[in-house]
Amino acid sequence: MSQNIPAAASAQAPSVPPPAQQALPPQGVVQGSFGGMAARSGARIGPARIAIRDLNFYYGTNKALKGIGLDLPDRQVTGMIGPSGCGKSTLLRVLNRMYSLYPGQRAEGEVMLDGQNIIHPDQDLNALRAKVGMVFQKPTPFPMTIHENIAFGIRLHEKLSRAEMEERVEWALTRAALWPEVKDRLHSSAMGLSGGQQQRLCIARTIAVRPDVILFDEPTSALDPISTLKIEELIDELKRDFTIAIVTHNMQQAARCADQVAFFYLGELVEVAPAAELFTAPRQKRTQEYITGRFG
Amino acid sequence: MDHIVKSYEEELRRLRELIARMGGLAERQVADCAYALVRRDAEMAGEVVGRDAPIDALEREVDSFCVRLLALRQPMASDLRFIVAALKISQDIERIGDYARNVAKRAIIVSGQPFMGGVNGFQWLAQLVQRNLKDSIDAFVRDDADLAERVWAADAPVDDIYTGIFREMLTHMMEDPRNITACTHMLFIAKNFERIGDHATNIAETVHYAVRGAVLPEDRPKADISAEVPPYLGPTA
Repeated sequence: MSQNIPAAASAQAPSVPPPAQQALPPQGVVQGSFGGMAARSGARIGPARIAIRDLNFYYGTNKALKGIGLDLPDRQVTGMIGPSGCGKSTLLRVLNRMYSLYPGQRAEGEVMLDGQNIIHPDQDLNALRAKVGMVFQKPTPFPMTIHENIAFGIRLHEKLSRAEMEERVEWALTRAALWPEVKDRLHSSAMGLSGGQQQRLCIARTIAVRPDVILFDEPTSALDPISTLKIEELIDELKRDFTIAIVTHNMQQAARCADQVAFFYLGELVEVAPAAELFTAPRQKRTQEYITGRFG
Repeated sequence: MDHIVKSYEEELRRLRELIARMGGLAERQVADCAYALVRRDAEMAGEVVGRDAPIDALEREVDSFCVRLLALRQPMASDLRFIVAALKISQDIERIGDYARNVAKRAIIVSGQPFMGGVNGFQWLAQLVQRNLKDSIDAFVRDDADLAERVWAADAPVDDIYTGIFREMLTHMMEDPRNITACTHMLFIAKNFERIGDHATNIAETVHYAVRGAVLPEDRPKADISAEVPPYLGPTA
């Protein structure tokens, strides 16, 4: 869902000079194949949509992210894994400036999206949150009709005619693979939907404002396996149009969904690699220990 | 470092033991079939033939155990590589057992033949492949990628000897057609040893991948040029 909190200062676009786009060295590709095991690691990681450089984040005096450098490739899925408290959810909160709601939390460094450093104080938060949507762990439908859940966010950003609005609502629900299930009950309460349907409604609400980036914070941890697979299938579908980051505790989920996977530990980015490479032959010992369940 | 889940750790240990046991049986089969051949000991060769079944049974056990581990533990990274490696290695060992049995069967036949040519080359060939087999299994049991890499690179002498035997047998057959039966069996025997060497190399490659996570280059040092041995042009001097 897009967070639509009235921003204190939302005037001009910030005038931060766009820094030179500095590409990370290409991720290694495992050559050859081991009975096909290494086959998917040939997946290429594309150019960055969001480029994070030297990002530090503080909860008061507690430094929760330490010098993070990470590219979120355009229209690909980045999975973020790591033990609780490793900073992966914090990083998502930085990417749509959710932390700005809380005093005492601050970020420093660079998070470049379309030539702007989005953590700059002048960043227009409404504009950012229209561009960077977020889906949470627990489905959070508003206590309104299904239709209103979708239309609500759109109205904050755009003025659409009634026909255009109907079209947009249908488009969003279709993209979220929910339309066939709700098209006859658009004006009944969203609270009557199942958990999996509610989560897909939240995804529809997020994509309704046509963002560039969608952040998923453990989107399926409250769902049953079939609903989970539906969401994963949906993510696979959505990455044709959106750049996606997903935080998950389920490594199989990261393996299934993500093109590249980043492993965080104690606020540091330990390793980032194409998913097949990270899960078959990680380079860092700490990654290896975590994903094989040997964390001491 | 050990797994947080102890039973998983124990299952991986058990898998390692199963492969070690299979490897031990196969090593003995290779040693005994070579001994039976060189000593013309048909009785011992018969025993080798009869001892292949336990290796096959172990292979089936490893197979189902690995599938179970993959399904229930959903292994990642080094564990995944280890389990897949065990699956592949058990197949290699099973084939090695078949080749040893095959050598033993033919050893029974040639033990009744008046002539079988020189056996020095065979003794040497058998020793080399035995050592490569033992080292590759040891490499697996000890996660020793360096040892695996040495085995992988050590197959060239095996090919050299095989090519030498091929020339020698060809000569014997040309010299006297009555040698053809024995020499043909001997050629198959040499081929079986050479194949055992190749499977030992496969095991070494697999171990290397399991330990390091990187695949060895595709071209391995090779010296089997029996396909290029020129046609026999008559007895020399």
